[in-house]
Amino acid sequence: MTSTLPVQPDSTDSSEIESTETHGHAVEEHGDFRMFGLATFLVADAMTFAGFFAAYLTFKAVNPLPSGAIYELELPLPILNTVLLLVSSATFHKAGQAIRNSDHARCRRWLLITASLGIAFLISQMVEYFTLPFGLTDNLYASTFFAVTGFHGLHVTLGAVMTLIVWWQARETGGRVTAQNHFPLEAAELYWHFVDGIWVVLFVILYLL
Amino acid sequence: MTVTLPPNSTAPAPKLQPTGWLRYLSFSVDHKVIGLQYLVCGFVFYLIGGALAGAIRTELASPVADFMARDVYNQVLTLHGTVMIFLWIVPVVNGAFGNYLIPFYVGARDMAFPRLNAVAFWLIPPAGLMLVASYFITGAAQSGWTAYPPLSITTPATGQIIWIVSVLLLGGSSIFGGINFIATILKLRRPGLKLMQMPMYCWAMLGTSILVVASTPVLAGTLVLLSFDIVAHTGFFNPSLGGNVVVYQHLFWFYSHPAVYIMVLPAFGLVSEILPIHARKPLFGYVTMVYSIMAIVVLGLIVWAHHMFTSGTPPWMRLFFTIATAFIAVPTGIKFFNWLATLWGGKISLNSAVLFSCGFIVNFVLGGITGVALAQVPFDIHVHDTYFVVAHFHYIVFGGSVFVIFASIYHWYPKFTGRMLNEDLGRFHCALTFIGFNFCFGPQHWLGLNGMPRRVAEYDPQFTLINQISSVGALLMAISTLPFLWNVIHSAFYGKVAGDNPWNALTPEWLTSSPPPVENWVGEAPLVKEPYAYGVPIDEIDLSATSGRDLWSSGK
Repeated sequence: MTSTLPVQPDSTDSSEIESTETHGHAVEEHGDFRMFGLATFLVADAMTFAGFFAAYLTFKAVNPLPSGAIYELELPLPILNTVLLLVSSATFHKAGQAIRNSDHARCRRWLLITASLGIAFLISQMVEYFTLPFGLTDNLYASTFFAVTGFHGLHVTLGAVMTLIVWWQARETGGRVTAQNHFPLEAAELYWHFVDGIWVVLFVILYLL
Repeated sequence: MTVTLPPNSTAPAPKLQPTGWLRYLSFSVDHKVIGLQYLVCGFVFYLIGGALAGAIRTELASPVADFMARDVYNQVLTLHGTVMIFLWIVPVVNGAFGNYLIPFYVGARDMAFPRLNAVAFWLIPPAGLMLVASYFITGAAQSGWTAYPPLSITTPATGQIIWIVSVLLLGGSSIFGGINFIATILKLRRPGLKLMQMPMYCWAMLGTSILVVASTPVLAGTLVLLSFDIVAHTGFFNPSLGGNVVVYQHLFWFYSHPAVYIMVLPAFGLVSEILPIHARKPLFGYVTMVYSIMAIVVLGLIVWAHHMFTSGTPPWMRLFFTIATAFIAVPTGIKFFNWLATLWGGKISLNSAVLFSCGFIVNFVLGGITGVALAQVPFDIHVHDTYFVVAHFHYIVFGGSVFVIFASIYHWYPKFTGRMLNEDLGRFHCALTFIGFNFCFGPQHWLGLNGMPRRVAEYDPQFTLINQISSVGALLMAISTLPFLWNVIHSAFYGKVAGDNPWNALTPEWLTSSPPPVENWVGEAPLVKEPYAYGVPIDEIDLSATSGRDLWSSGK
């Protein structure tokens, strides 16, 4: 088969061949694509939000609200929420820096702050829900508002849980998140930044437009 | 990326998972096992969907609803559509052949995320069982595979909710698969293999996976909103509560038009693998093929509203979507001429794989022509929601994708099992399928043009004869499954031993044993830079000019 070319094994890798042979049939090292896979998944997730936003904007443009319906939103609480999430993105970044310097205590402190900010966001969102002048089934606008913010809140909840799991994994002894292996932290961090980014878009579309 | 391979390692495979036939029922992470799991599971659902189609054609053999009640008919047609699309064609053209072939084609030992891969497969059987079981427990959904509101809101809720949950699971499976294919093709390629040297099926799967990742989540979000309408009595898509049904249609077709390409692009890729081998010629126009696939991906995402010309679509939208849809005929046409040019002057062996591929070309051209016709607003308004649409759709997904699935089974069965299929039975199967298919769906064009609406159990008696012809065609298609079933089961035990490379093919999956070992190759994976270098004496191949571009274009 002349169209096939065997790649010459790198002679410097011969020691690795010896050490990996016991692991199985054939062992090749390849790059770590887990972040790539996660990023692809987040593209898919973003498309879900894009669908919701498109539906919201179309409803708003096409479907008139029933007379007497209230859809004025108070801004102070959502602005506070925006600040909470943006700050939490920064604190997660700090945690990532700390683990790269093997500073487990600092990393865990920042992670805990991040998770607390996320939970504060959720509480604040709950307060907003219960003070709104409309409920889930009142009208189209209300339903869409709850669906979009609720779907985002679900993401924040998952993100906070993941942050706490990483917090547990980053413990000094016996944890799997270390300076050498910080994939769980990086993955949770990328997800968290994604959720914050979605919130900024959501804030502009739902509250400001 | 370092390659640290022991040359010709004879170390035994790790025994972490069941071996023998039991592994096909296990949570295996071997891409070949998962591929065959997809294939067999899909085929079981094909038989179920086929039985449902048989029930539909039996009912339509007479103009009154005498075989089953009207609401049962609605359930049967909903299940037929959903099972065939989400449990047969999408999992098989993507999951089955993709998982089996893509790691070979990129020179890898498995997919990028093997466990995610197994999760993606094992979402399918429970979702499918749930969907089929809903018929026996509460009555299945009645609103068709499109689940348009307000129909899906007003028909019995339980069946519709089970339908939604099932489709959400299948959509999740599809997204996980798509992520895996993108990562495998872009990141797991063997060192030295360039993108433009990959076999064409890799490009088809890359394009398909981009469509899956971009559009399936939108359907998922939409169905969640629909389930809120059913369960929580919100009014997103409920006009009586101020909702907007057209928004559902936009969001639904934003997925479901690309879904057609999700079913058909991989089939294009598979045909591009089969034809050069059996015509002993390079694939004609490799580069144009790649750009055509990517053009179809981009255009496929911006043509969805041509399904909605009768939904009060404003004139500018009609104009835009008509033109955009007509544009898709260009890259598709390029691919067809490439296949014809590949066959042209080749030493074609008329085996079952080639016959099914040629059947695909004929049927898909017919379906494509009616598709371009349907994209024109004046014509579409005339035949919208008639049997013309049914005929067009089946020429695309059965005449197109399913013919290719059969071609691929005949082509790769020797690799799967190490044994050849019986060619005489295969040709008989192909002839029977082709005749039955055209008898079944050809006359439906006439029915549609004369105004017979689709999705109804009863019709005007003037259409009786044509419907009966169509039903006879369906019966022939049902019978055609029997020689195929006998062939695959009998040949698995008594077929002629195939050897490693019965077709003398150059693509990487044939350069290992049949069936291939765990992790695909004993020792080094081959680096195939000329997957279509057929028709040239082997010592004339210019290895210094190694690229996947066909030798035809360089004048050889």
